[in-house]
Amino acid sequence: MRGNWKLLALVLAVVALFAAGCGEGKKDEAKKLVLGVAGAHSGDLASYGLPTVNAAKLVAADINAKGGVLGMQVEVLSQDDQCKPEMATNAATKLLSEDVKIVLGHICSGATKAALEIYKDGNIVCMSPSATNPPLTQSGDYPNFFRTIASDDAQAQLEVDFAKNLGLKNIAVIHDKGDYGKGFASFCKQFIEEDGGMSVALFEGVTPGAVDYSAVVQKIKNSGADGVIFGGYHPEASKIVTAMRKKNIDIPFLSDDGVKDDTFIKVAGEYAEGVYATGPRDISGNPLYAVAEEAHKKEFGTDPGAFYYQAYAAAQALLNAVEKAGGTDYDKVVNALRTEYVETPLGKIKFDGRGDAEGVGFSVYQVKNGQYVEVE
Amino acid sequence: MDEKGAQSTLRFILTAGCDGYADSLKRSVLVALWFMFLTFPIMVIRVDTIENTIDWRWMNLAFVGVGSFVLSFLWRWLLERKELMKGQAARESVVERLLTQASTIPSARLGLLVVVAGIALAFPHMAGMYQTNIMISCLTYIALGLGLNIVVGLAGLLDLGYVAFYAVGAYAYALANMHWGIGFWTILPIGALLGTLFGIMLGFPVLRLRGDYLAIVTLGFGEIIRLVLENWGDVTMGPSGIAGIDRPTFFGIEFGVMDSINYMYYIMLALIVLTIFCVNRLQNSRIGRAWLALREDEIACQAMGIDKTKTKLMAFALGATWAGMAGVVFAAKTTFVNPASFTFWESAIILSVVVIGGMGSIRGVIAGAIILILVPEYLRAFSEFRMLIFGATMVLVMVFRPQGLIRAKRKVYTYDKSTVAGAANE
Amino acid sequence: MEYFLEILFGGLTRGSIYALIALGYTMVYGIIELINFAHGEIYMIGAFTGLIIAGVLGAAGFPAAAIFVLAILGAVLYSAAYGYTIEKIAYKPLRGAQRLSPLISAIGMSIFLQNYVMLAQTSDFLPFPSLIPEFKVPWIGHIISSSELIIVVVTILVCIGLTLFIKFTRLGKAMRATAQNRKMAMLVGINVNTVISATFVVGSSLAAVGGVLIASHIGQINYYIGFIAGIKAFTAAVLGGIGSVPGAMLGALILGQTEAFATGYVSSDYEDVFAFALLVLILIFRPAGIMGKEPVQKV
Repeated sequence: MRGNWKLLALVLAVVALFAAGCGEGKKDEAKKLVLGVAGAHSGDLASYGLPTVNAAKLVAADINAKGGVLGMQVEVLSQDDQCKPEMATNAATKLLSEDVKIVLGHICSGATKAALEIYKDGNIVCMSPSATNPPLTQSGDYPNFFRTIASDDAQAQLEVDFAKNLGLKNIAVIHDKGDYGKGFASFCKQFIEEDGGMSVALFEGVTPGAVDYSAVVQKIKNSGADGVIFGGYHPEASKIVTAMRKKNIDIPFLSDDGVKDDTFIKVAGEYAEGVYATGPRDISGNPLYAVAEEAHKKEFGTDPGAFYYQAYAAAQALLNAVEKAGGTDYDKVVNALRTEYVETPLGKIKFDGRGDAEGVGFSVYQVKNGQYVEVE
Repeated sequence: MDEKGAQSTLRFILTAGCDGYADSLKRSVLVALWFMFLTFPIMVIRVDTIENTIDWRWMNLAFVGVGSFVLSFLWRWLLERKELMKGQAARESVVERLLTQASTIPSARLGLLVVVAGIALAFPHMAGMYQTNIMISCLTYIALGLGLNIVVGLAGLLDLGYVAFYAVGAYAYALANMHWGIGFWTILPIGALLGTLFGIMLGFPVLRLRGDYLAIVTLGFGEIIRLVLENWGDVTMGPSGIAGIDRPTFFGIEFGVMDSINYMYYIMLALIVLTIFCVNRLQNSRIGRAWLALREDEIACQAMGIDKTKTKLMAFALGATWAGMAGVVFAAKTTFVNPASFTFWESAIILSVVVIGGMGSIRGVIAGAIILILVPEYLRAFSEFRMLIFGATMVLVMVFRPQGLIRAKRKVYTYDKSTVAGAANE
Repeated sequence: MEYFLEILFGGLTRGSIYALIALGYTMVYGIIELINFAHGEIYMIGAFTGLIIAGVLGAAGFPAAAIFVLAILGAVLYSAAYGYTIEKIAYKPLRGAQRLSPLISAIGMSIFLQNYVMLAQTSDFLPFPSLIPEFKVPWIGHIISSSELIIVVVTILVCIGLTLFIKFTRLGKAMRATAQNRKMAMLVGINVNTVISATFVVGSSLAAVGGVLIASHIGQINYYIGFIAGIKAFTAAVLGGIGSVPGAMLGALILGQTEAFATGYVSSDYEDVFAFALLVLILIFRPAGIMGKEPVQKV
C-alpha cells in the first residue's frame, strides 16, 4: 500500500504544481504584451542566440520602466531552437499556442525558414537579427518576415567591390561550410567571377571547431592569392588570420559582419590588426548604441555578444510597431513596420515591402589599434 | 505508517551507507568541501585576460557547498536503496508490475489497449496544437527508437550513425518534392526502401567488426553522409537546406497548418502501430530469435547453424527501413531540411532513447522516447538550464536504473510434457 | 617540396594534438571497455582552468614562464580531480551493468559538463593568452612556428613518459594487469578500484596538458571545443587499436596526416570524409585497428 500512497502523493503534487502554474499564468494577462524570442539558446550555436535574449530583456525592461507599450507591460518569452529546424517548428508552435503575436528570431536562416511556415499561418510577425539568407525576403514567400541585417548578396557585392578597390586580382574565398558562411562566400565567388578583372584562387570550406587550420593556410599561401575573403563567424576567422600572420602571410583579410564583432579583436589580438569586415554603418556614433552597450554592461557585466545591436534594434522596431498600430493586429503591425520610422542603435529604420530594413547601411571597417574603424 | 516507522525511515534516509548520523554528516561535509574545491575555478572566478580584470563570485561557492551537502544525502540514500533492491527477487518497478499484471488478464489487457488507443486518438482534440506538434516529434523518435532497437537491442550491434538513414529518408522526400513535385505518399515507401538499401550498403563493410569498432565505423558513416549533404551543394543545396517541402495531402486535399499537424499526428500514429506490429512479429520470428542468439554469443550462434552474414545484414537493413520512413515524415513535418538536423548528437539521442527505455523492449523504447523528447520540451520553462538538467537526467537514470526504465521480457516457454508428447506424435 | 613539408608539419601538429586526447580515451577503454565520451569535456575543462589560472596570475603580475608552468599544473590538477569525480559518480555505480549503460551515462555527463561550463562561464568565445613562449625556430622556422614545435615536442615527451610509466612502475603494471583480466588482477591482490581511478586521473591529466597547449596555440576557447576534438581523438584511438597506447599515438599521427594531406592536395571540404573513409578502410582489413590485437574468442 505504501507504494500506492507515494504515487498518489506524487500525482497530487504534480497536479498542484500545474494548477499553481496555470493560476499564475492567468493573472492580469490582459495587461501583458508578450514578445517571443526564439533562437539557439543551448548547443553549439548558443553564443549567437543568447545575446538576442539579453537584448530583448533589456529593451523590454527599458520600455516597461517608461510605462510599457499602450499601457501593457512587455514580457519576454524565450524559446530555444538550437538552430535546428525541427526544434524551431516546436518553438514556433509553442509561441503560436501561447498566442504570441510578435517574435524576435530566429537566429539561423534554416531554423527561420522552418518556423516561418507556422508563423505565416498564425499571422505572427517575425523579425530576425541575424538570418541573412537572401530568399527569406527576396522570394516573396514570407510576407510576415522582417530583418535588421542585410542579406548575404548585398553584403557580398559590397565586399567584392571593396576588394576590387583594394586592387586585389586573385582572391582566395574561404568559408565555414555553414548556412551563413557558405551562402555569403558563394555570392562572393559569383560576383568575383562575373567581374572579369578578378579571379578566384581558391574556394574552400573549413570545418568549424577543428583544432588547427594550418593546412588550409598553407594552401592559401600556395595558391598565390593576393587576398582572402572569409565567410563565416569570428571564431574561425580569428583562427585563420592568426595562423596566417604567424606564417608571415600578410595579404589582406576581408570578412563579413559575423566577424565584425569586438570578440574577434579580443580573441585575435594583435593579429586582428588590418583585417577588413563589412558591418552595419556608423553605429558607434549613434547615442542609442552607447545606451544599448551600457545597459548590457550594467545588467550582465560583460560586453554584448553577436547580433546584439541588431536584436536590440529589432526588439525596438517590433514594440514600436505595436505601439503605432495601436494593438497586435497583424495587418496594422506589418503596415506600421513598413511606414513608421524608429530610432534604434542601427540608426533610423523602417522596412521595405520585402522585409529588409531601410536605413541600415553597410560599410567596410578595418581594425586599427584594436578597434573597428570605418573605411571611407 | 506509525511514528516509529517514520523515524526509522528518516534514519535510513539520513544514514544510508554510513555507520551513523555523525559518520554521514562527516561524509557529507567532505563531499561538500570536495565539490567546492572542484567547482571553485569555474564557478567562482571569471577572468578577462584582455582587460586583466577578475570577477569573483563567492556566492556560487556557497550554493555549491550547500547544494552538494544536501544532495550527498539523497545520493547515498538512492544508492543504498538500489543495493537493497538488488537482493529482492522482484526487481520490477511498480509500473512494470502493473503492466505485467494487466497483460496477463485478457480483459484488463483489452481494456488497457482501448484506453491507450482512445487517449492516442483523442489527443489532438484534447491538447493544443503545440502539444500535438511535439507529440509528433515524440512519435517520430519512437519509430526511430524501435528501428534502432532492432539493430542495438535485438542484434546487439552498436550503431552510432543511425541518423544517416534518417537523413536519407528526409532528403529523398525533400529532393523529389523540390525537383519533380512528388507527393508524400509516393515517397514514403521509396524512402523506406532507400533506407533499406543504405542499411545493406553500410552492413557489408562492417560485417567483420565487433563492438566498439563497429560503433566508430557507423559513426564515421553517419558523418560521411552528413558531410556529403553539406558539401555537395549542386544536388543537396548544401548547408542552406531545402525549404517549402509540401505537407502530406489527403487524397489530393491540402490542409492549413493546424489541420495538417493533426493529420500528421494520425499518420505518425498509424505508422507507429504498424511499426510495433512488425517489430513484435519480427521479435518472435525465426530471424528475431537469430538476432537474440547473435547478441548473446556470435560464435555459439554460428555453431548453431545461423547464417551470421545474413542475420547481421537483415538487422541493419530492417533497422534502416524505419529510419528512412521516419525521415520522410520528418521532412514533411518541418517542411524544411538541412544537414544540421542530422549530426552525431541526433544518433546519440536516438541511442539514448533505446538504452534509457530498456534495450530490446518495445514498451521501454516508448517510455524512453517520451522521457528524452518530451522532458526537454516541457523543460523549456527552465530555458538555459534545460540541457543541464537533461544531461543530469541521463546520468541519473543510468546510475539508478542501468537496465533501463522497462526491461525487455524474454518470452518464456514452459515445458509441458503432454503437449510435447502430442507434438512428437504428429 | 616546401609545400609538402609544410603540409607534413601541419599534419604532425594536428596529430600530436589528437594524440594527447586519444591517450586518455585508449587508457580508459583498455581498463574498463568504456568509450568515455566525457573525455573531450575534461580536455575543455582543463583549458578553462588553465585560462582562469593564467588570468588570475596575469593580473597579479607573475612572469610569463611561471604562468605557463602553473597554468599547466593547475589544469592537470583540476582535470584529474574532475576525471576522478566523474568516474565515481557516473561510471562506478554502473560497473557490472550491461555494456551500453555507462556509454549513455557518459553522453549524459558530456552534455551536463558542456552546459555547466557554459552557464558558469560564458557561451561566447574567450581569448586565450598565448602562454607558449614565442621564439624563432632555427632551420625550419619558415615551416613550423614555435608553438607548433612545442606541442609536438611535449607530445613526444608525454608519450615516452607514459610508455615508461606503464612498462616499469608498479601502478603501470597494475593497470596492464587490470586491463588484461580484471578478476585475475583482483585475485593477485591488485586494488582494481584504485587502478581504475588512477587511470582516469592519468588520462585526464594528459587531456589537460593538451587543453592548455592547444588553447594557447589557437588562442581561443569556448565550452564546445571538447566535442569535436573528442570525436577525432576517439577516431584516432580506434584507428590505432583502442586499448593500445602506442596504437593511439600512431592512429593520431595517421589521422592528422590524412586530414592535412586531404586539405593540402584535395579540398578541405572533404577532409573529414577522407579521415572517416580511411578509418573504414583500415578497419575492414584490420578489424581491431592497426596495433590492436584481435581477442581470442571463446564460447
